[in-house]
Amino acid sequence: MSEAAVLSRPAIGKLPGSIWIVPPTALLALLFFYPLALIARQAFLDDSGVANVAEFVSVLHARFFLNALLNTVTISVAATAGCLIVGLVLGLILAFVPFPGSGIIARLIDTFIALPTFLVTLAFTFLYGSAGMLNSGLMEAFSLPEPPVDFLYSTWGVVLAEVTVYTPFILRPLLAAFSLVDRGQIEAASVLGARPFRIVRQVILPAAVPALIAGGSLCLLLTVNEFGIVLFIGAKGVITLPLLIYSKAIQESAYQVACIIALVNIVLSLGLFGLYRLAAGRLGA
Amino acid sequence: MLVWSKSGRIAIRAIFALLFGVLFLAPLAVILLSSLAGQWNGVLPSSLTLEHYSDVVQGSAGDSVKASLVTGFAASALALVSGAWAALALRVQGATLERLLGLLFFIPSAVPSVSVGLGLLVAFSNPPLLLNGTVAIVMVAHFVLISAFTFGNVSAGLARLSPDFEQVASSLGARPAYRLRHVTLPLLAPYLAAAFGLSFALSMGELGATVMVYPPGWVTLPVSIFSLTDRGDIFAGAALTMILVAATLVLLLGLERITRRATGS
Repeated sequence: MSEAAVLSRPAIGKLPGSIWIVPPTALLALLFFYPLALIARQAFLDDSGVANVAEFVSVLHARFFLNALLNTVTISVAATAGCLIVGLVLGLILAFVPFPGSGIIARLIDTFIALPTFLVTLAFTFLYGSAGMLNSGLMEAFSLPEPPVDFLYSTWGVVLAEVTVYTPFILRPLLAAFSLVDRGQIEAASVLGARPFRIVRQVILPAAVPALIAGGSLCLLLTVNEFGIVLFIGAKGVITLPLLIYSKAIQESAYQVACIIALVNIVLSLGLFGLYRLAAGRLGA
Repeated sequence: MLVWSKSGRIAIRAIFALLFGVLFLAPLAVILLSSLAGQWNGVLPSSLTLEHYSDVVQGSAGDSVKASLVTGFAASALALVSGAWAALALRVQGATLERLLGLLFFIPSAVPSVSVGLGLLVAFSNPPLLLNGTVAIVMVAHFVLISAFTFGNVSAGLARLSPDFEQVASSLGARPAYRLRHVTLPLLAPYLAAAFGLSFALSMGELGATVMVYPPGWVTLPVSIFSLTDRGDIFAGAALTMILVAATLVLLLGLERITRRATGS
């Protein structure tokens, strides 16, 4: 230890010795990678600790698992597409057709990143629930006997909530990319008679593609892992992988089944994480 | 400026107002409104009341606020130390090792929070490492989930730091420990504060791992809000959500102010 300190003292701009990386790595290994490895191990052991590979295979073929997997992928892809569209529209307006107060609004949207995700679901209950504002308004206005709007407790309720929660993750890199677009180029195109759509397509969008790919793959990852929104909507038909892990482990104490599903979920997430890193790397981040 | 015609600009602003209003403003406004709602049978509540706030304050809100703040502080402080430590120590590794380990420190942010909780239950439910049923397991779960964000923030700050200051300090004979304490860390301070604020906010809203591991008697705000709404008490849930949002915003604004004063900008 003291030797390493002495040896590296003349080095410029360096901390003494490369062994300093050991303590934080060891901490992460113990608290994160070791539990992760145990999940993988437990997926092939039954709850009394005996090897049971048949259970692993049967869960992968079980209908509840396949349904949850399909739900997770559908919700994630739909929500990401929604985030990309909404983020692009909001971003274009905030960056290129600004109005008084648009800076404050951009910051307000940004603070959504720090707020808990289930807040939006709870708000949606009041807005679009069967006794919510939209339904009571429509029932009063058209004297309907039944609440007419009924999307909240379906896949689409989850998708809309996730669009609200994850659009800021698209908007942030997008606004950064837009701020680098040369305004002179836009004005020149516009003076030469190019219509706004053409300017967006030929000048602005090419500059935004890396940000959209990076933000989009981050959205895919976060929506696959989303738990609070799905739990708070609590619809019987909308079960995703994280919700299934929770209900198997906590409500049914079926730890092997929970670990099998968690293993699949983790592999899926790590794949998406790789995709995000690749995209962010191309962005030059 | 992309759109020059007046009618075009009005149309664009209408689209923006609609999207922003429906997706962002309405949820926040309606949570606030419902936390104050008395009777609510029509489109709008017929009366306003502070009853839901006084109910949750008399109930277990105090304990939940305390559990959330203590957990958030402990987890963020640990994540800050370990994240800054890792980011600083990574600078002296070889390029390959630096990239590999850097990736490793980011991986916790990619794993679903419920699985992080499940892993902790599987790993730490037996002696000698018995954490299940203690307050510590909640803090560990939060630490794991936010560690990647603190590490990322501090690394980004380090990358933007000009190496000149450290080199000058070095050439003037400053020892590594002295240089770290009096040059590098003060320059990093704004990034450290921002990292701490973000991780504290993330911890305050954490639900997935917490519902897996929390012991009785240590119910954080999100778990408490979930059990209220799950019982059908959605107005009290809204009031407690407002308390959570207020606590988070006060914390973030306070940290921002401290940072600004520290950097003198």
